[in-house]
Parts: sequence; structure tokens; C-alpha cells
Amino acid sequence: MNKTVFDQMNETVYHEQLENGLNVYILPKAGFNKTYVTFTTNYGSIDNDFIPQGENEFIHVPDGIAHFLEHKMFEKEHGDVFQEFSSQGASANAFTSFTRTAYLFSATSNIKENTETLLNFVQAPYFTEQTVEKEKGIIGQEIRMYDDNPDWRVYFGLIENLYKQHPVKIDIAGTVESIADITKDHLYTCYETFYHPGNMSLFIVGPVDPDDMMELVRRNQASKEFPEPFPVERRFPDEPSEAAEKHRSLHMSVNTSKCEVGLKMPVSDKTGTEKLKEELAAGLLLEILFGKSAKFYEKSYNEGLIDDTFGFDYTGERGVSFAIVGGDTDEPEKLSERIKAQLMESKEGQHITEESFSRARKKKIGALLRAFNSPEFIANQFTRYQFNGLNLFETVPVLEAMKMEDVISFARTMIQEEGFSSCFILPKESA
Amino acid sequence: MEASQEQSFNQPGCTVHVIETEKYKTNTVIVKMRSRLDRETVTMRALLPHVLQSGTENAPSATAFRTALDELYGAHFFVDSAKKGDDHVLTFTIEVANEKYLHGASDLFDQALNVMSDVLFRPYLKEAVFPDSTVKQEKRSLQQRIRSIYDDKTRYASVKLVEEMYKEDPYALPAGGLLEQVEPISPQSLYHYYKKTLAEDTIDIFVIGNVDPQNAAAKIESYFPFEKRSKSLKPKNTSVQVEDIRVIHEKQDLNQGKLNIGCRTSIRYADPQFAALQVFNGVFGGFAHSKLFMNVREKESLAYYAASRLDSHKGFLMMLAGIDQKNYDKTVKIMKEQLNEVKEGNISDLEMDQTKALLKNQLKESADTARGMVELKYHNIAAGVDRPIDELIQAIDAVTKEETAAAAKTVVVDTVYFLSGKEEQG
Repeated sequence: MNKTVFDQMNETVYHEQLENGLNVYILPKAGFNKTYVTFTTNYGSIDNDFIPQGENEFIHVPDGIAHFLEHKMFEKEHGDVFQEFSSQGASANAFTSFTRTAYLFSATSNIKENTETLLNFVQAPYFTEQTVEKEKGIIGQEIRMYDDNPDWRVYFGLIENLYKQHPVKIDIAGTVESIADITKDHLYTCYETFYHPGNMSLFIVGPVDPDDMMELVRRNQASKEFPEPFPVERRFPDEPSEAAEKHRSLHMSVNTSKCEVGLKMPVSDKTGTEKLKEELAAGLLLEILFGKSAKFYEKSYNEGLIDDTFGFDYTGERGVSFAIVGGDTDEPEKLSERIKAQLMESKEGQHITEESFSRARKKKIGALLRAFNSPEFIANQFTRYQFNGLNLFETVPVLEAMKMEDVISFARTMIQEEGFSSCFILPKESA
Repeated sequence: MEASQEQSFNQPGCTVHVIETEKYKTNTVIVKMRSRLDRETVTMRALLPHVLQSGTENAPSATAFRTALDELYGAHFFVDSAKKGDDHVLTFTIEVANEKYLHGASDLFDQALNVMSDVLFRPYLKEAVFPDSTVKQEKRSLQQRIRSIYDDKTRYASVKLVEEMYKEDPYALPAGGLLEQVEPISPQSLYHYYKKTLAEDTIDIFVIGNVDPQNAAAKIESYFPFEKRSKSLKPKNTSVQVEDIRVIHEKQDLNQGKLNIGCRTSIRYADPQFAALQVFNGVFGGFAHSKLFMNVREKESLAYYAASRLDSHKGFLMMLAGIDQKNYDKTVKIMKEQLNEVKEGNISDLEMDQTKALLKNQLKESADTARGMVELKYHNIAAGVDRPIDELIQAIDAVTKEETAAAAKTVVVDTVYFLSGKEEQG
């Protein structure tokens, strides 16, 4: 077991990679009541074209399958795993993102029993035709719920505009039609390929004894049989650098229009600290250009063009890198043009000053410290960073060492006119 | 449970609560101002905090204010307007980094107190009232916020149910204000309301972090010179007899129907039966092992979400599910049947154990965040009881099936609200 102390953050992380390939991380948090544990596979909605474990040919699986699999893991021959967690006083959940599927619980008692339950249920798939069919009704309602949600529609509408081929454009839950094709055999194929311990991480954060917990995990894993760890071969289609569609408008039963502008950016081959710097530069750039203390925000707010729903976000995952900026507005066209202009001007070196840079950096550092109060943030983000070859605990020192030039050079190389697209939600006439 | 040191101080015009703990990398100050929900003032009250955070004497515009926060290592400042039973609570929060984790920062906690004090006591004024331009902008933002409730259909359905069910009761008022009342507000009327609310509200200030309680309380006293006030707000318990169940259908162009059923109970937060009511809600619809989730979702595949929620300060319970329109009758029937199951005491030992374990877990987990600790404490303050978490946990442990069924029997269905989607979905 390796121990790494992050002095500045006053945190210690224990790590061990087990023989079966599983990475286990433990971060003791004194003073907390709650222990939070995530068991995550490096497998999400975009991993839909791959060579199944033990075979030689690529296969393509139905949209929404990673999320469907997440739902079905909870059902076992003897019933629902939620019941077991409830009996042990744990609150359990799961989520699927573009690149990860995470199973988790939080509890203030029976931490060892709950950790065993988590490991055991994720490592014992049980799918039948009957239970798969039943789940289609439930997930169908989940999809319809999102279909009525304008924030979700504008977000996925925009990603669909940005990407021509890449599976990031597919809604994580799929569609009612695509999940209709899912069978139990699909689920087993995906499970055998992506749920090998070598493709997974366990993260434990809370008031725990690291030696005890590591021994528990070691013993649990040693009692199970797995094939040798193997690298998973995924395939992604070639993606052009320009946005697939420049614009789309969706009409919904809403009072307020929404405008989101997307910027598709080149995917660099950087790794480690350099990659982390790049991701941080993206965040700093957006904060400098669009944050609440930026001139852009003041001007647009005072003119009534935006309100406090205005925001921005950067996503960097396997094979994708994009920024999204926007919010509610009465004049989507005007807001969209102004956001693009602001980004293009920053490419030419405008707006990024020592003053705005240092302020954005301070804000980011403060936000990170706040986030480190949260066991959920630590476990989920640490795992995301680890799957991308980065270290979450390096973020504060790396930020402290960053220079304005890093942001200027990011803007110059990553912002391309051809990468822009916009998506609007507009009120339906006489709904 | 991890004990955190907590002390309260009665100071002029407010009560100060200091929770000393080393577990966070930030320090937090939360100011809560409480008065009765009132149709006359609800919209001004919703607007006020947004105007206050739009400029102070030291930072005379929203941008100057936000810049000052960024310079304070991104101090997180936010305002909220919410209902607590029949009361309307404004919350001002500032969370600032503890400088011991940073290079070259100092005095951040004092500076944060100063920012909060500026917002409450030294707003930027023009001609002795709030600037006209600020009030206009914030009125526009407020109108936009109120209008956008319509766009989030799950939320809209809950808001509509409450509006319909509490027609003659101030509880129907949305804490975010009423659209038609926004326009007439003037800088003068808002400023008068500000002065009045500052002088009369019941105020609680919470400090959470690595601070010395005596020292923090002394600082609060010097930064927050509230005037003494004659009385503090006591809980008001009104109860209503339900006669017939009202049924309301609304149609919009939607994919999914939103079913929300409102119920009343006579049990309130301060009552001795509160623990039993909580256990009832857990058995019935609070969790993934609850009867609503198991029967509406897992057995019948009718919904993705199927749950119940409780506002124990009002005695209001809501069941909710997102369903296809054609399954309306079936879902309502199952929900009512499940309520009757609990009333008749058809509760397994397992359901009792699971519910108690999760309720206790929720309480302990809440105490892990600064905001959670404040909310737990504020429940007691607003309800006028002094029931420490440990005591509530013991009370939950002691609840029997009979008491759970008895609590369920106080729950009466009042209004069924259904926002329906398209016909052809299946």
C-alpha cells in the first residue's frame, strides 16, 4: 500500500493496485460522520464500438446500453440490492456519464458490510429477458422526463450540433427506440468487457482506518476469480474539426427562450501535468471572459440580455473537448453573436489581462478548497482524473504555478471559427 | 456521532450560533431573517436580497461586488428566499477559504464578515434609496425567474398543487414572489420595506468553521449592529378539515404526465409524534425500499420517480410520480392503496428497520456539511423546540409499527393534481 501526503491540502491518500488489476484508493477524513465509497468502471455512453472480451472483431451496441446496464446491476435473483443497502443504513445510487459508470453508497454505520455489498453486487451480474423488458418501461419514463426538460434538450441539442460522428452526441440514456433493441446478451457482453477489475477503481473517503479497509478489499477480491487483466480495444469514428451543424432551434412548451453557444476544440495528445494545465486553462479562460465580474457579464446583464442563469462549462473527455456558454435570454440571436465575438476577440489576445487572470485564478483556488469539503466531489473527481492519467490533488499547486501566457496560448490555439455552433429553445406558439 | 462544539449567544436584535469544527477547509457565515409569509410583502421580500447583493458602499455595483468576492479567493456568496411553514425566510451565505491552505492570504474570515455586514447594513444608495437602475434590473431578473418556473415541469406541478390546495392560506404564496406584484415595486417602497424588515425580523446568525466561539460572537456583535426588537416569531399552527378530494387536470404539450397528490396531516415538527410521522413517510415514499417506489416503479414499471415528500412545518405531504397519461387512474389507485396499507399497519419488520436506519443515516450525514448543520438547527429554531439530533435519533429508534400506522391515519388526501402530456404516448 502506497501512502501519498498532500501537505498543502492536508490530505493523505493510500493506494494499491490489486493482483486482479483493481485500483483501490483510501482517503481518511477525520471528523466526518459519513463514509462515501464509489466503485467506478472506465466505461460510459461513448464506448459503443469495441472488441468484446475474448473475441477479435469489433461490435457496435445499441445507444443507451451503458446506462441500461447501470440500472440492471441493482436487480438480483433474490431481489433488489437497494433493500440490502437500506437494511445496512446506507443510501446507494449510481450514475452514467460519457466515460464512466459509477456505483456508490454513503453511510454512517456498517461501513465494512456496505463496502462488501457494493463490491459483490457490481461483480455479480444477473440479467434475464424478463427483467430487461421490465426495465424498458422505467427507463422509458426517465427518457420522457428528460425530453420535457429544456436545459437537457438544449445541452444535447448543442452537442449533436458540434459532433458529426463521435458517440458523445448520443443521449446517455439512449432513446425509447434504441433501448427497445437491448437484450440480456448485449448486457453480458458489455459487462464482461468493461467490468473487469483492471478497468475499475474503488475510492473510499471517510472516517476509516486505511489498513483495515484495504485488507477487507484485498480479501474480498482474492476470493473471486477473474480472467487475466486485458486492455479494452475501443474504436471511435474520425471526427472533423468543424462543427457538424452551425445551428438548430427547438420549440418547446416554455415561457423563456434559451441560448447556448458551443465551441468544439481540437483534442491534444498531452498527458499528466500538461493535460491538467490545459484543462485548467480552459476553465480560467471561460471565467475571465464570462464570469460574474467580467465586463461581458456586467454589460449584458445591465442591458437585460442575460440573467443569473447565465453560465459556462468545459468538457474534456476521451476524444472530445468542448466549451458551452449561455443561459436564458429574450434575444438568443444577439446573445449568441456576442458570445462568439467575445471568444474570437480573446483568440486575438483581448480581454486576458494580468488582473483578470489573477482574479480568476484566486476564484478557482477558493472554489477547489470549498469542493474539498465534499467527500462526493473528492471521490468522483479523483476517479475521473485518475482515468485520464491526472491527479486531483495537484490542481491547487498547478493552478498556483500557472501564468497568464498559458491562458493566452490556449485561446490562440484552441479557438477556431469553424468550431462554433448554437442551439436555441424557443417557446412554442399557442402550445 | 462526531461532536462539534456549539454555543449560542443572545445579542441585541439577533441570536448568534457558533459551531466550532476543524473538518472544513473553509469558514461559513449564514444569516437567516424570518417573518410571516404575507401577500402584501412576499414579492418585495423575494426581490430584496437580490438588490442588496447588487452593490454596497464599498463595492457600488454588482460587478464591483463580484470582483471583491473573487479577490477574496472566490468567496462564495449567495442569497435564498424560502418558505418554512407559514414563515418566509431570507438566507444570506458567505463561505470563504481558510487561509491556512493558501500561500500569501490572511484575514479572510474578517473580510468575509465585512462583506456580509456591507450587504446588510451599507447598501449602495442614490438619493437615500436603492438606485433606480438596480431595482429595474433586479425586477426584470425576478420576473424572469418567476416565469421560468413554468419551464421546469416537475417543479411547476409541485408549485401548482400547493397553490391550488392552499387557496385561502398564505402557504400558497411562492417564496420567489408573485409575477403581477413585481412591476409596481419602486426604489422607495423597497427601501422602506428593507428598513422595516431589518428592524423587525427574527434574525439568527450562524458561524461554522475553525473559529473561537467567544471571539467569533464578539466579532459578529461589532459587524452586525442590529437594533433590539421586542418580540421574536412563534410558530403558527393552523389546521384545516378536508371535506372532498379536489381533482385538477391541466394539459400542456408534454411527453410525460406529472402526477402530484397533496395530503394534510395534523402532526407538526414540534409534536411528540413527529418521529412517527417521519418513519411513516420513510416506509411510504421517502426511499428506494419504500412502498411507492416498490409498487409504482419496480412492480408495475409505471414511473421513473415515485416518492413522497414531507413539509413538517406545515403538515403538508406530497406524493409524486412522472407517468404516461393513460396510466393515470391505475397510478392514483396504487398510491391510495399503498397509503391505506400503512394506515392499516401492514408494515414489515424489514421496512421498519430499513426506514429507521436510513432516517438516522440522513440526519448524521446532514451534520457533515456546514449548511446541513445549520438547517438541522434551524428546524428547531423555527418550530420553537429544543430537540438535539441525538434525541431525535433516539425517538426514531423507539417508534413502533402501531405509532407509524397512527401517524399515517392523520394523513388525508386533499387534492389530486395532474399535468398531462400527449395522448398518443405509450
